Amino acid sequence: MEHLLIAPVVLPALVAPFIIMVLRHHLDLQRIFSLASAVLLAGVTLALAAQAADGTVKVYELGDWPAPFGIVLVLDRLSAMMIVLTSLLALPVLLYAIGSGWDTRGSNFHALFQFQLMGIMGAFLTGDAFNLFVFFEVLLIASYGLMIHSGGTRRFQAGVQYVVFNLLGSTLFLFALGTLYSVTGTLNMADLAVKVAQIPAEDTALLRVGAVMLLLVFAIKASLLPLHFWLPSAYANAPMPVAALFAIMTKVGAYSILRIYTLVFGPEVEATAGLTESWLLPAALLTLGAGAIGVLGSKKLGRLAAFGAIASMGTLLIAISLFTQTAAAAALYYLVHSTLAAALLFLVADLVMERQGPWILPQLPMPQTGLISALFFAAAIALAGMPPLSGFLGKLLVLDATRGAALAPWIWGVILLGSLVTIIGMARAGSLLFWKGHGLPPEDTGTSAEPPVDTLPARPAQLPFVACFGLLGGLVALTVFAGPATRYAEATAAQLYAPSAYIDTVLGRTAE
Amino acid sequence: MELLVASAVGILTAAGVYLILRRRSFPVILGLSLLTYAVNVFLFATGRLVTGAPPILNKYEEVAYTDPLPQALVLTAIVISFGMTAVVVMIALGAFLSSRDDGTAMPVETDGAEEDA
Repeated sequence: MEHLLIAPVVLPALVAPFIIMVLRHHLDLQRIFSLASAVLLAGVTLALAAQAADGTVKVYELGDWPAPFGIVLVLDRLSAMMIVLTSLLALPVLLYAIGSGWDTRGSNFHALFQFQLMGIMGAFLTGDAFNLFVFFEVLLIASYGLMIHSGGTRRFQAGVQYVVFNLLGSTLFLFALGTLYSVTGTLNMADLAVKVAQIPAEDTALLRVGAVMLLLVFAIKASLLPLHFWLPSAYANAPMPVAALFAIMTKVGAYSILRIYTLVFGPEVEATAGLTESWLLPAALLTLGAGAIGVLGSKKLGRLAAFGAIASMGTLLIAISLFTQTAAAAALYYLVHSTLAAALLFLVADLVMERQGPWILPQLPMPQTGLISALFFAAAIALAGMPPLSGFLGKLLVLDATRGAALAPWIWGVILLGSLVTIIGMARAGSLLFWKGHGLPPEDTGTSAEPPVDTLPARPAQLPFVACFGLLGGLVALTVFAGPATRYAEATAAQLYAPSAYIDTVLGRTAE
Repeated sequence: MELLVASAVGILTAAGVYLILRRRSFPVILGLSLLTYAVNVFLFATGRLVTGAPPILNKYEEVAYTDPLPQALVLTAIVISFGMTAVVVMIALGAFLSSRDDGTAMPVETDGAEEDA
């Protein structure tokens, strides 16, 4: 079963071309194969997580080339957690896309979805920096297609911006990798860690440049503040199920920061000491602030959800940027939560937008308004980090982990104030959407576009609600099983901050 | 040669950045292409500049060789950037044809008025 490790990459990579080439004109078969692949993927990732749960690091050498020369896939607790999260997110999102008919509004949705999964899985599993770039490109190419799925002028315009900005990011990524290679002569992450530690501190000017450029690239992906501006219009104009899947893409950036800056440029590396601490933390604080203000100021539901995602990324990056073991554990717990919460908010936003149009305005009550408003309420609570859902626990963990930090008053102030502003923004949007409309006379729906209710299919769509409640169930489970979840996160953080086992296993230096 | 390669990378990058800042889709695409050329040349240079040596290690006799890894990296980067350029051209064309505007900035949203998404 040692080949199971490559299955999360190979499975979607086989299903996607099969869907394109064989099932091009059979939508039902496409749906079946896509769903079956997602279910199988969930099973495979859970099996892999079970293998990694005892703290062993598993290495898969592609082409059987030993590590610093060949490309390796590495499974440790962190990557196992991320791939499980991806596959468990993909399942409800796919159900939603099928149930709401989003996959019929353009061609090749399912194939692109599978390619996207392949890229994300690969990015989490790879142990080679250049391979990370390649998987970034795979997931980005698929995301370009998904982003403009079903067309429309605004979507195309937002798509151009998104593509151009990400291409710039990719170019910067290559520059960073070239710089690192020219200094160290390797791009394998474990080998990089060894080589970087050996370079004397006075010869590290180029290394610093490379490290900073790499951080910028991951900050673009993670939508850190000065580099976040591509996200709101891209996510708000993407189809909402796609945006829900994109909730894991910002986490790819966060994951990469966590991985590279604990493994390669760890806290004890002299060359890059202070680099991340002095820049990342203030930027993360600003990101949270900008996200919260954006939630309060959004006029459209899609933008509200996008800014909600930025705000949660801010909290996550605050925890990551402290680079202590407890903070990393808190960050991992919050990472799972915020992915599910942001995805849920995007899906609920789509439920509302399908019935009332994209604007946050008082409108007449829509069909199934009770259920939808309950879901919106739950998503808002989760995203803002209010009790009883796991966002509260996550923020509590983050606050607890930052107690000893130098900037602790700032962190506490920004997180608490940000939560307050977020909850006010959510409450404003929710009351406008779900309450104010009840008092309106029928003809006074305002200047907004006619609610596209008549274009809805006659059949009662239940699958979207199943998907939403599935995500909500995930959040509830994360809350109920907070004990085991935090223990897993703590063990993962401990593994991250003791990278010698990872390095030894990848480079085959185990005493066997 | 080092000066020549370095200034080539620099000039290509500067021109690329300038074109991207023009914020119209055709110059932006050209700028992106220039940037990818710059990064490809840069990647070549990371393996140290050697003239007239093959990227093959000969184990039977002592011959000069150049680092093969950057060449593999550049090959991958060229393929990826080629595909990306095609994608961005198609999307920019779609945006231009549906809005008759080739700006890459998002137009300002007006509250409640037009709607097409």
